[in-house]
Amino acid sequence: MTAAAELIDGDESLNFHRISLYVKNEPGVLARVAMVFSRRGYNIESLVVNSAARSGYSRMTITSSGDPTILEQMIKQLAKLIDVVHAIDHTGDEAYETEIALIKLKCDSEARHEILQIVEHFGAKVVDFGRQSLVVRVYGSSEKLDAIRNLLAKFEISEIVRSGKILMARGGATT
Amino acid sequence: MSERVPTGAEKLIEALEAEGVEYIFGLSGGAAIPIFDALVDSPIQLILTRHEQGATHMADGYARATGRPGVVLVTSGPGATNTVTGLLTAHMDSVPIVVITGQCVTDMLGKDGFQEADVTSITYAVVKHSYLVRRGADIPRIAREAFYIAATGRPGPVLVDIPKDISQGPCEAPLCVDVDLPGYAVPCHGSPDSLEEAAALLSNAKRPILLTGHGVVIAEASKAVTLLAERLGAPMVTTLLGKGGTDETHPLHLGMLGMHGTAYANKATDAADLIMSIGSRWDDRITGKLDEFCLGARKIHVDIDPSEFNKMVVPDVCIQGDARVVTEELLPLVEPSDTSAWLSQVEEWRKKYPLKYRKQGGLRAQHVLDRLDAITQGRAIMSTDVGQHQMWAAQFCKVTDSRNWLSSGGAGTMGFGLPAAIGAAFARPDQDVWAIVGDGGFQMTQAELATAAIHKLRVKCLIINNNYLGMVRQWQELFFENRLSGVDLEGNPDFVKLAQAYGIKAFRIKRPGDVDRILQQADAYDEGPCVVVAEVVKEDNVFPFIPAGATLSDMIIEMPTGKLAKPTGST
Repeated sequence: MTAAAELIDGDESLNFHRISLYVKNEPGVLARVAMVFSRRGYNIESLVVNSAARSGYSRMTITSSGDPTILEQMIKQLAKLIDVVHAIDHTGDEAYETEIALIKLKCDSEARHEILQIVEHFGAKVVDFGRQSLVVRVYGSSEKLDAIRNLLAKFEISEIVRSGKILMARGGATT
Repeated sequence: MSERVPTGAEKLIEALEAEGVEYIFGLSGGAAIPIFDALVDSPIQLILTRHEQGATHMADGYARATGRPGVVLVTSGPGATNTVTGLLTAHMDSVPIVVITGQCVTDMLGKDGFQEADVTSITYAVVKHSYLVRRGADIPRIAREAFYIAATGRPGPVLVDIPKDISQGPCEAPLCVDVDLPGYAVPCHGSPDSLEEAAALLSNAKRPILLTGHGVVIAEASKAVTLLAERLGAPMVTTLLGKGGTDETHPLHLGMLGMHGTAYANKATDAADLIMSIGSRWDDRITGKLDEFCLGARKIHVDIDPSEFNKMVVPDVCIQGDARVVTEELLPLVEPSDTSAWLSQVEEWRKKYPLKYRKQGGLRAQHVLDRLDAITQGRAIMSTDVGQHQMWAAQFCKVTDSRNWLSSGGAGTMGFGLPAAIGAAFARPDQDVWAIVGDGGFQMTQAELATAAIHKLRVKCLIINNNYLGMVRQWQELFFENRLSGVDLEGNPDFVKLAQAYGIKAFRIKRPGDVDRILQQADAYDEGPCVVVAEVVKEDNVFPFIPAGATLSDMIIEMPTGKLAKPTGST
């Protein structure tokens, strides 16, 4: 079991924080951001970086676990970085979030039927069909992704790649 | 005739001139040659140091003594890495310096080129911001931003790494006047709500105290803070870096608080019902054991950097803004209570627990520093190194003016005192600068005596020589059953002869009876730098002393007779 899964299963799931950053796309900005987390003993569970609507800027969505008592300090340290335009903690708010997973399974023709049933039930899609394997793409909440993974675990999963969580604040609120 | 396109280096120097740079402290090397070359035709004076660490502390001393950024120029690789200690020192103490490092050519980045060091990566944790210049056209903008970021808001060090092909190549971009930094705002005014709340607390306080930090010096808030103290009838205490931000000879001033602060400053802080910190970060040297720090007091925290709020102490009111502006905004809002009973209590402590030292049994550092304070009368800039002498200087040298006290606080960098004094002497040539150093720290940057000698600076270097790393020896004596380990500086040179080898006038103080005469001679000496070596008793301890991690009420005022438990706090 990964450390992240242990945390989800345990009582410490509340210590997961969802943080969005709007940054100037300068060399080194990711390293500076990562250092704020590591210095304070925070583990980055997932990190998604991509271009923002405005050219020259990027979005970072970070899921992280660590001591909640120093979260406020850490958010302020992130905001203090010159290249960070703003840092927002979305922990506990109603932001819409989603994630994509690609799951590669080794399977013979016998197993296929049951796998395809699961895939259909989750609204997922088989994106690569091979003689001995198939690749399932599924998106949605992280919990949904965990659930399909658990169901598929009885087959032979050879690889899983997850995009990491992305989120957007609802209504007029800023992400 | 068509005009020659300037090089990146020439454009950089032009930008530095536009920033008002007078001096660059540095040491040359291959990757920085184009920039050193451009300096030949510039009015900016290059101060060649003997080590890059010395250069950074000189720039730091220049900045602390003026408020303007100090500038460093070094080469790539080891030249750049030698600045790391100076960057940390400036970063911890919020000092504006701009460090320009040469870098190997762009094509060789990441290929282990000769003298390549990935200095931007190495220094992420010790800079306010940094740049690796990738295009010549960016030089004017980056230079402007570097100075703006270093000097505004909470000041700090900025590093600019310039590959040699960029400094040598053409740069046609014009000088830059505007900065475009959407992620960087400089706070100024306090919010009306926080000001109102703070004013109400201040007005109702019966036992208020003002804790003044480096922010008071940086924001030039001396006048406003003193007015507020007078208005409220509130005593003032200062952090190590806040010394001089408010006049320590003011009747309401109790000097430095904290680990080695005056007993009366600590007793007053412990008994206060309201503590207002202005530009201090509640450092662990002040609070001791955080859970028990001044539980009976309401707390107000004024800081320009919101990341300091709730970091150590959780205050009742936080006011984000410039220390001077916020204090001025508070002044008309407060309606002081009668604090006369509080002030007479404080005066009682001042009389009952004065700073003291033994005048018999050999020469004492406290005696030398007490007399230095009397002889210089606040006229000189004091620059200290780190250790026992620093704490004694902080106790006995009463600083009356902002920017007259230079000391490495947060980083506690040994080797800081002499080069910082040199930087200050360039900045303010009309004033004497006393470097107060121990024999340990002095030897870390003593090569800069050459820099002081060449430029005939008014630097007077007082070496408190006990042939020990005295502060660590003190801890080992008090907490480790006097098992001395790694503290005996056996093999020290004769510092008088060492100074003379640089052509520097040197004095020696051996007996208490010599102190006044020699200090006066050194004070009056005006033919360049001089060195005064005070051969003090080997074993002496700094008191008062609050062991790390203890509380203000655990203060040890004089040498204890029993055994002490090992401190729980860090160092």
